[in-house]
Formats: sequence, C-alpha cells, structure tokens
Amino acid sequence: MTTGAVRAVVWRSYYQDSMALMRLAATLRERPGVREAAALMGTPANHDVLRGAGLAVPEAADAGPSDLVLVVSAATDADAEAALGAAREFFERRQRVVEESGRRRPRTLSSARRDLPDANLVAISVPGEYAAAEAMRALKAGLHVFLFSDNVALEDEIALKRLAVERQLFCMGPDCGTAYVNGVGLGFANVVTRGRVGCVAASGTGLQAVVSRLDALGEGISHAIGVGGRDLGAAVDGAMTKLALHALAADTGTELIVVISKPPAPSVLSPLEQAIRATGKPVVVCCLGAAPRADGNARWVATLDDAAGCAVATLRGQAWTPRSFGDPATVRTRLESIRGGSGALLGLYTGGTLAHEARVVLEPLIGAVAYGAHGGGPHRVLDLGEDEFTVGRPHPMIDPEARAARVRDSVERADVGVLLLDLVLGKAAHADPATPLVTALFDARRAAERAGRSLTVVASVTGTARDPQGLQRQTEALEGAGTIVLPSNAEAARFAALTLRRDLATTLLGGSS
Amino acid sequence: MSIERLLGRPLAVINVGLEVFAQELEADGVPVVHLDWRPPVGGPRIAAILARLADDEGAGGMGGS
Amino acid sequence: MTVSIAAANREAVDRLCRARPTWIAMSTAREALGLNGRTLLHAGPPIAWDRMCDPMRGAVLCAAQYEGWAADPVEAERLAESGDIAFAPCHSRGAVGPMAGIISPRMPVIVVEDPVNGTRAWSTMGTGPGPQIRFGAHGPEILARLAWNHEVLAPALQTVLDREGPLDLTALMAQALTMGDEMHMRNAASTSLLARWLAGPLVSAVKDPTQLERVLRFLTRDNDQHFLTWAMGAAKTAARAIEGLEGSTMVSAMARNGVEFGIRVAGLGDRWFTGPASVVAGAYFPGFSAADANRDIGDSAIMETYGLGGMAMVASPAVIRIVGAKSFQAALATTRSMQEITAGANPAFSIAAVDGDGAPTGIDVRRVVESGIVPSINTAIAHRDRRVARIIGAGIATPPLEPFTEALLAFDGAYR
Repeated sequence: MTTGAVRAVVWRSYYQDSMALMRLAATLRERPGVREAAALMGTPANHDVLRGAGLAVPEAADAGPSDLVLVVSAATDADAEAALGAAREFFERRQRVVEESGRRRPRTLSSARRDLPDANLVAISVPGEYAAAEAMRALKAGLHVFLFSDNVALEDEIALKRLAVERQLFCMGPDCGTAYVNGVGLGFANVVTRGRVGCVAASGTGLQAVVSRLDALGEGISHAIGVGGRDLGAAVDGAMTKLALHALAADTGTELIVVISKPPAPSVLSPLEQAIRATGKPVVVCCLGAAPRADGNARWVATLDDAAGCAVATLRGQAWTPRSFGDPATVRTRLESIRGGSGALLGLYTGGTLAHEARVVLEPLIGAVAYGAHGGGPHRVLDLGEDEFTVGRPHPMIDPEARAARVRDSVERADVGVLLLDLVLGKAAHADPATPLVTALFDARRAAERAGRSLTVVASVTGTARDPQGLQRQTEALEGAGTIVLPSNAEAARFAALTLRRDLATTLLGGSS
Repeated sequence: MSIERLLGRPLAVINVGLEVFAQELEADGVPVVHLDWRPPVGGPRIAAILARLADDEGAGGMGGS
Repeated sequence: MTVSIAAANREAVDRLCRARPTWIAMSTAREALGLNGRTLLHAGPPIAWDRMCDPMRGAVLCAAQYEGWAADPVEAERLAESGDIAFAPCHSRGAVGPMAGIISPRMPVIVVEDPVNGTRAWSTMGTGPGPQIRFGAHGPEILARLAWNHEVLAPALQTVLDREGPLDLTALMAQALTMGDEMHMRNAASTSLLARWLAGPLVSAVKDPTQLERVLRFLTRDNDQHFLTWAMGAAKTAARAIEGLEGSTMVSAMARNGVEFGIRVAGLGDRWFTGPASVVAGAYFPGFSAADANRDIGDSAIMETYGLGGMAMVASPAVIRIVGAKSFQAALATTRSMQEITAGANPAFSIAAVDGDGAPTGIDVRRVVESGIVPSINTAIAHRDRRVARIIGAGIATPPLEPFTEALLAFDGAYR
C-alpha cells in the first residue's frame, strides 16, 4: 500500500458513453501526480472493476447505472483535486459544444426520426444488454441497423435477423465493427475510394484489411455489409450473409463481391455456396483456414491479402495465383540482415481476425501456436481485444497503452525471440497508435539486450494513405524503432516464421511464384 | 424495396451510443442525429418491453407514418 | 399483437386535437353526476379519509356542513371518522376538481360538452379571493360564499347560457394562449375573455343591481385563476374521448390527492397507477416556505394531460416567473422535453415561441419510460395546514416515474 490521496465524485443521472469515459480516464492518468483514474458508470460490473483496482470508495457505493463515478488516486490531495477539476471542465466543455450548436439532442428514437425524417439507418453502440432492444425498435420502425455492440445474446441475434430478413432490412451485427454504405464508413472504417467491389464481412478488422488493400491496389468499395461474427454459425444460419449477397447481386454499382469470414458451419456451407452462385457475379471468398479452390463464379482464397489480390486481378481480367510474398527480393535482403532467430514467437494483436489469420498462416510453418494467454506454447498469439483482456479496460484499438504495457511485460519475462504485431488505422481509432507502441518497443529492445537475447519485431499496418493517422507516418515510426513492416498481415506472419525457420526460405522465397 | 431505401439513397443516420461515431459521420458530411441515450430506469427488462411495444411500421401491412 | 399501438395512438391524438369542448350549461353534482346520499368526490386517485392530507380533510369538513350533514366542523369530523361518508375520485364520475377537489351533491357544476367526439365532463366553480374550499377552508365565510355561488352566481350563468348559447372553450383558450396564458397557473387572459363574454348578458340576467355588481366584481377583479375550472372541464371533456381506447398507450388522466399521484392510460380503462405525490419545487409568497407546503394536489394536471399548462409553458413568459422557473430558455427546454414524450401536437393551440408548433399533445407512457422524462406540471402550492387553508406559492411538480413504468408493464401484460 502506498500513501497518497484518493478522491471521488459522483454525478447523478449523468450518463456518458464508454469511449468518452475511457478517453477521459486516459487523459486524467497523464496528469501530474495521478497514479490511477477511473471514469465509469455505476453498473454492478463497473463496481467490481473499481474494487479490483482498489478504487472503490464509500461515497460512490450507491451509484447506479445512470450515475457517473470518477475516482482519482494521486500522490497528493492537490493532484487528485486538480484532476477532478479537469474532469469537470471536460464535461462542461462538451456540454457547451452541444448547447452552442443550438440543436437539442433527442432522447427517444421517435423524436430522432422527427428531427431527421429521412433517416434510413440506426447505428447502435450501447452496452450489450440494451443493444438488442434498441435494434428491435429500429427494425420495427423500418430502419436498417448497424449493430456495433457485442455481448448480445445469441437468441436475440436470431430474433433480430429473422425480423430483419422478413422486412428486407440489414441488421449488421451484433459485434460488427466496420461497414460501408454508399461510400460512407461506419464504425472503425478506413478512408477508401468509392468503387466497384462489394463486400460481405463477418469481421471488422478483416474487412478493414481487405478494403485497405483494395484501395492500395487502385480499386474501391461500393458497399461493405457487416454481418457479425456469428452469422455463418449454425444457429444464425447465414441469414444476413444471404441477404447481403442478394442485395449486392442486385446493386448495379457492384461488379465483384468479396466475402470475408471464418469457415461457415457445415450446415451453412452448401446454402452459402448456392447463394454465392445465385449472385451471377464474380465472388472471392476469404474464409480464413479454408482450403483455396475455384467453384464456378467463386474463388475461395486463404488470406485477406489474397482476397484483395484475386479480386483486383479478376476485375482486370488478369490471371492470379497466391504468392507468399509480393516482393521476395526485398524480403530476402531484410531476412539476411537479421541476426538470431531463436526463442518463442509472440503475436500481440488488436484485431481479432488478424490474430486468427496470423495463426492460420503460422501453424503449418512453425508448428503449434497457442491462442490466448493460457496453456500451450512456446509460440503464442493473443487477441488483446478479447473479453479476457478488456473487462473494464479499454479496447486496444482505442487505447494503445494496454498493448504497450503488454509488450514491455512479455519481453521482460519470457524468452520471446520474435514479436508479431498489427497496427490498425482508420476513423474512430486512436489518433497515433504507433507512438506508445514504439516507446514500448524501445524499452523491450533494451530489456532483451540486457538479457543477452535477440529480438525481432515484425508488423503490418492496416490502413490507407488518407487515414487520419497517416499511413506513411505510422509505418515510418515503426521502422524507426527497428520494426520490419510487411505490406500485409499474412506476409508479416510468414516473415516472422522465416526468422525462426530459415530453412523455409527456399520454399517461401525461392524462384517460382 | 427496403434495401433500395438504404443502398439507393443518401445515408442519414441516427446514432445511438458512442458519440465518436456521430462525430466521424458529421465530419464526413453525413446527416446524423446523435441520440441522448441513457439506460431506461428499470434496466434491460424494461428495455425489452419497450422494444416489444414499439411502433411496428411493417406489421399487418398497416404502413408506417 | 393484434391491435396496432401506433394506429390506436394516432386515433387518440386525433380525438384530442379535434375535440371542441363547449360550455353548455350549469347543473348540480346531484343531477349531473348522480351524486346521492352522503358521497363526496375528491381530487386524485382513490384515497380514504384516514390517509387524506389536511387541506383535503378541511374541504371535506366544509362540504359536510354545506350539505347540512353536520352543524359544525367538529361534528363534520366525527362524521367523516365514523365512515359515514363515501369517497370517490372526481374522475370516477367524469368530473374534475382543483386542489382538494371536493364535490358534494348540492354543488353547482359547469357542464362541458364536445360535439365532435360526443363526450361530456363536469367541473366546479371557484369562490373568488379569500377562503376557498379547495385549500381546506371550512369556516362560516367559505360557507357563505358557497351559498352565494349556489343561489346567485350559478343561476346567473345559466341565464346567460340560455340567452347566448354555448361558449366555445377551445377558441377562447387558443386566444388566451396567444395572450400569454398556459391555462394552468396563468389564466389572467382566459379569465378576462370569459368575463368579457359574460358581462353584457349578465346585466339583464341579474335583476338586483347590488348582486349584479357583486357578480361582475367577482368575475373581473382579483380573480385571475377563475377560468381554471372551465379549462379543466374542457380538458377533461377532450380526454374522455380517449378513455378505454383499445391499444392506446396515451395517458387519459393525471391527478393528485395530496398524498399520491396517479395516472390512467387510454388502453387500460379505469385502472389507476400511482406513486407518491411530489414535493413541488417553487416560489413562495412572502412569509411562507417549503416547510409550510402540502404535496402536489389536484385534478388540474388534466391540463397537462390535454397539452396545456406545463406542456405549453413556453407560451407564457409570465408563468415562468410565477412558478419560479429559471429563465425563458428553461421554459423552452421544458416544452421541447414535453415534445419528446408526446405523440402529437394540437394545431388548435399554436405556440409562437416554438415556431408555431401546436401544443405537445398525447403523453405516451412508452416515451416517458424510454426517455425518463416525466410530464412537467405547473401548479399552485397549498399550505399543509387546513387551519391556514390558502395558496402559499406556485411551482413545478415533477411526478414520479413509477406509475408510468407500472402502466407500461400492465399494458404489456394486457396486450400480449
């Protein structure tokens, strides 16, 4: 127990969204003398978080789900008070912005529709236990739904999608992080061109990777319909995927369709293939982990960058085969410049699909790769966006500090020889995710040196030239810290594998493409 | 057709939840209304009942407003 | 669900908006409401003598003497305690009463009828400045005033109606709205318009010049709230058109008895859903404070049910000061909030300050529960002690949310 001061304030009936609160907490933590800060709504789960962090104080004990709890632990009283004062200013400023805009914010969906009679989509990102009800209300009102929230019960998802299909409305999600409608990105979206490729995605970061790659290759997106991670499971039976395929088939702006997912449940596979066939358009299917094959108008590919590459080639009437690396010569040069190549591989990911893809690429090359923090090893890939890492803590795409801490921690403790990372850019994500990561990487290198170990850091950056974070700037920041940046996640994983298995160089880099 | 109402027309969004999404849409020039949402008093049980009793524009062909 | 809530609510708003409540006659409670024996009607949801607040008890003592059931307050109290008086809400008979809202068989009532929806409702008359039964006065002076109302005023008004025909209350209230009334706590314009309509005909209706002067002074001086009970009768007449409307989640009545606040919902018929009557947040007359105040009381919340009063607050800059609201901006925000919880707007009551929007009409319990916004009620504050029996201030009453939630749950249960 350290000395210091803990100060708290509770604002009754002052609901604020979780992202705004996480940003506030992060800002407070950076203030002088502040050791820990929490800004949370008084839900039972959040009270547990406060207890766990040693920040449960008596004055906040009766705070309810609509009451905002602010707790600051600092070196001195004055520091704590100053932090709370800063928080107060933060909210007053936000309030002033709203008031000055002169527009009153509606409290109900019906009032919102009066304010915006042409509304055709409701974007929902409220806590999971309320999300299904909000989505149901929107669908009944005849509006399409972008359902970002996760932790929605499966039976609720089934009921929502049943109604959505009946009304011919999209229910994108639950757990849909990204979508594009008429050239507008929803959720965590990269800035891409409007174009002729339509996507159906059961994954947010998977979609981000594909559209970013398409953009880099000079193609654009017509629409990208998110369907949520469970859509192609047996229970939901591909309901939204089929509706989306049908819609993109009818959309005159869409010339080719890309489907991004994990492999569908066996019962869903055949109807899915039928729906794909019925589109009458070329379809590229990226089901991570499924075997590549050609099937009428459909081409099944193994990785996200393959999906983009195959799509572009198809649109341009070119032949296409998958390649391990786009630029084997450069890869060879970089590989030769690396010393060492022993120890364990650790993947620290912010995007779940990218983590999954990495594992799918790695295992045939380096053997078993554990998924998650427990069991197995020595090679391991962590999806830091998973529930076990994010209860009461920010998602790593929003707050890069969480992963930075893990980078330092992991390299200090274990015999990590290769670190494999993703960096995901785009709207709504953190303004500069590279910097905290780079700082951690410098610390990690020093720790490895001290321990006499070699450390290779490999990464890919998912983003486009027009993303707010600056693709080039972020890439250069990583490279400046000695990171080897590959053009895609699959290539990064292969490169990481090569540093441990030089003997594979001939196969992966050798003459034939 | 309902899909046409979305894919064939300009996007206009009602945002319920994280304010950052409304801000991004506004920066993109998309008409957006951010709902001043809070959990209903009475919790998820009440929310579910409100959803059940919500106006149903498509039910029985009675047509929306 | 076989019935469409949306369709039922649209019908409810239509009925409320097209209603044209009209003052057609005077009557007595016995004749109009079938009030017989020792029965008294009271404001708010059902309540028994032993739980009544002091002002309501005072009004009961007054009524018992007025009816001749007791010779003095002591005897009246014994009568009430013994259980010999039956009590029922005014609303149970299609009537409304302000504050304590006690209606007894002999009392004159205003008869209001809506020819469009075919409904009828009744309200009482005030007794002017000085002791009022509505605040619990029960001494000789109030009894004398009640007698005068009965013997002189009511017959005079009936005579005017006989000659002039019915009075369109909607038109009068719409005009008063443009003159800065909201028809609950601010009735200066509406009272003046009523007096103006009555004045000329009264000359031949009241033969005795002394009484004529007394009647005219009563209607035109120191009596700014006089029209309230006419407004309440009009609002109740309109609201009766939606009572029992199958499938509608519209509030058909809001009322308080000084102890409890209650609502009724159109699609749930006569059921009351109650919660504690609120402590009114207000501005007090000199010498009085919150410590002296009775809780929220009266059937006058029927004004807000109809879309006037607190719902149309922003139409009445004067009421803002009267009820102790912070500013015009606050009043505007209130009316905007009321638009959140209502299904429609009444074009008959157009409010300039919100760009000519009609008064927010048709409180939907679903919207109240979803938003957490409860109707905002502008109201008088009564002294808690019946021996004082007077108004001590005015303010804004914020009803509890629970009755609306209970009603929602009941609706869900009833319409599965």
